[in-house]
Amino acid sequence: MVGDPDLEAEPVIRKAVRFLDTRTGTTPIVRKTLRYLFPDHWSFLLGEVALYAFMVLVATGVYLTFFFVDSTHQVVYHGPYAPLAGQHMSEAYRSVLNISTTVKAGLLIRQTHHWAANVFVAAVILHLLRVFFTGAYRKPRELTYWIGVTMLMLALLEAYIGYSMVDDLLSGMGLVIGYSVGLSIPFVGGNLMAWLFHGPFPGQGVFWPRMYILHVFLFPLLIGGLLTAHLLLVAMRHHTQFRRRSSQSEHAVMGVPTWPGQAPRSLGLLFGTAGVLFLLGGLVQINPIWLWGPFHTYASTNGAQPDWYLGWLIGGLRLVPSFDLTIGSYTLVPNPFWGGAAFPLLVFGFLYLWPWIERRFSGDHAFHNLLERPRDNPIRTAIGTGVASWVVLVFIAGASDRATVLLDVPYTGQIDVYRVLVWVLPLVFAAVAYRLCEELQAAERVQRDEHEAEAEARLART
Amino acid sequence: MGRARTLLVSAAVVLLGRRKRKPPENADRVVPKLPPNPGAEAVAIGLLFLAALFAVAFVVVYAVDSLPAHTQLLGLTLGLSLLAIAASLIVTAKKLVATEELVEPYTPDEHPGEQELLVQVVEESGDRLTRKRLFKMGLGAAGGTLGLAVLAPALSFGPFFQTKYYRGTPWRRGRRLVDEHFHPVRASDIEENGFYAAFPEGLSLDGREELGAGVVLVRLPVHALRLPPELHGYDAGGIVAYSKICTHAGCAISMYRAPLFQPDEPRPALVCPCHYSTFDPADGGSVTFGPAGRRLPMLPIGVDAKGYLRAKGNFDDEVGPTWWGTRIWKPSP
Repeated sequence: MVGDPDLEAEPVIRKAVRFLDTRTGTTPIVRKTLRYLFPDHWSFLLGEVALYAFMVLVATGVYLTFFFVDSTHQVVYHGPYAPLAGQHMSEAYRSVLNISTTVKAGLLIRQTHHWAANVFVAAVILHLLRVFFTGAYRKPRELTYWIGVTMLMLALLEAYIGYSMVDDLLSGMGLVIGYSVGLSIPFVGGNLMAWLFHGPFPGQGVFWPRMYILHVFLFPLLIGGLLTAHLLLVAMRHHTQFRRRSSQSEHAVMGVPTWPGQAPRSLGLLFGTAGVLFLLGGLVQINPIWLWGPFHTYASTNGAQPDWYLGWLIGGLRLVPSFDLTIGSYTLVPNPFWGGAAFPLLVFGFLYLWPWIERRFSGDHAFHNLLERPRDNPIRTAIGTGVASWVVLVFIAGASDRATVLLDVPYTGQIDVYRVLVWVLPLVFAAVAYRLCEELQAAERVQRDEHEAEAEARLART
Repeated sequence: MGRARTLLVSAAVVLLGRRKRKPPENADRVVPKLPPNPGAEAVAIGLLFLAALFAVAFVVVYAVDSLPAHTQLLGLTLGLSLLAIAASLIVTAKKLVATEELVEPYTPDEHPGEQELLVQVVEESGDRLTRKRLFKMGLGAAGGTLGLAVLAPALSFGPFFQTKYYRGTPWRRGRRLVDEHFHPVRASDIEENGFYAAFPEGLSLDGREELGAGVVLVRLPVHALRLPPELHGYDAGGIVAYSKICTHAGCAISMYRAPLFQPDEPRPALVCPCHYSTFDPADGGSVTFGPAGRRLPMLPIGVDAKGYLRAKGNFDDEVGPTWWGTRIWKPSP
């Protein structure tokens, strides 16, 4: 006999709720959480995508740790991939070759992990742009913003370490560049790198286990902890909102409750993100390390590019003209410092200091729950556009060698042009953005006046 | 047949029963009442079973070794399974549950009363202390020094205060040059427009990873050499040897622009592919393009009685990427 679902289901839920309440006393919190309001605007999903990509990264990453070997001990390859047969390579590189060739589903998980890293960083950057250009970082949400910027920095480092420890030719070239940038820091660089690598690069092989523990434990722990703090702060202060309905104000927030409205959407986005990432991991090749070959300090290859989120740094390194800052016959500031260290420090310094700079100049110390559209604040939009286009231009300049191959434009000429453009164009873009904001505002004023005039005319007629 | 009839009957009972117990339409509900949407419900359920089907397919693909394109099929089945669940959830969100747009007040900007209480608690707790400044100094001293003490073992990572390591290389006077396969290099092996890598004889594979080990060898016509006076005698009859490591960011010099330099460039050049620092092999490795701030270190070489290339000493300058202690050798004009 089939039981009556209504008669059975209800007591089960009631029993479960009573059990939870009597044992944990958390029913009020759970009920509040279920009815917590979520924003209903597409741009708020970017941060969520980042969170879900991070989850996929952790899941696929844990799987990969069971097969990766963090050693630069040199071995001879005798695996199934014929083109590398008999070659000398590190155990680290051989283990990743094995993940890609002999471990069942290994290549799927590895490629999905790499794709997830790309999507993670992209989502974080888009999320940052949304927050910046709408002024969402303003009081009382500066802490949330600073934690977010910190997570972006950690994510870049984490991703860089991740592809560096594979020890294929490209990752080795990237690592020695990172080493040289560290080395170029005035007064401490030499000591710092000798300390980290145990002597000059590649050191005594100690750096690979160090990268490994950083990549699979310390950095994920840091990012996970900051992520939790970030989300808690968002929940404590509630989300910001555009003013689209009259019920939305600085004092009243509108949104969809977690249950039943938001939960299936968010879970849908989680499964959607994971689904797309696994499709990419299975169908679209990424970082085919077997083609790059093993790394040796005395080997390199032309046409090498880092993953896209570090493209702005290779651009910075390539654009700086030939000079070291010296005193007598002693070097003070070696060349890579400017493009590889000073440039990103400046960009992140700007991001960290911006809320403070803006408040300093606008004198605005008020609470802000309502967002501004980019046009509502032309100065912020102009400055943001200038800084963003500066970074993007340096990124494009870093790809000059690809343009040489594709379009047959001489490389040296391109670099000369970019050395001017990266300083001039951001100013132009900033000015254009400022003007555009003012024009949009003016157009809105005209429209509003017309509406009012029409209304008055109607009123006069009646 | 009998079971089917029982099922049908019980289903009818269930449906009827539900109707009977339907709560009266009133404002007691938390979630607003909306009419059923059987079409959307069927789609959502169908998508869940589709997801299950793809998940089973994933396991089958994983288990069957003979399938070609394993990675693609694995990704396709797993990805589609996840996407089917996603689609089912989106249909549920859009068509099957209430999307309420609710308004509630933001949390208060401040809690002045609570703030006061907190301050009071902290201040009153310290009432019994008479030498607060000294107490704070003590806390600072203990915390600071203990923090430093706990961090001190991190110095074991490597030699933080010693940087002499940057100046050593495995090259010594009289060492033969060997190629990648450990064969000694004869001067006659080195041809014009060719690009060769060499290492000191007697080094293990691991030893070759040291930045000071590798050199590039190229041969120029003797009359094309323009070595500064300090570097006279560094070449072996037109064969010149430079460090393989770029002085800019430590990548290997792996390109030799010869004879392809014409007509775009004035002369042959050694190039690092990382940031395109370009060095002139004819005049002692000076920088002709790119970001490198310092010339390539040169290794003095000669030819022994049997025709093998041998080092005549160590590099004239520090090998590897430049750091703040690098001493620069400047060729006299």
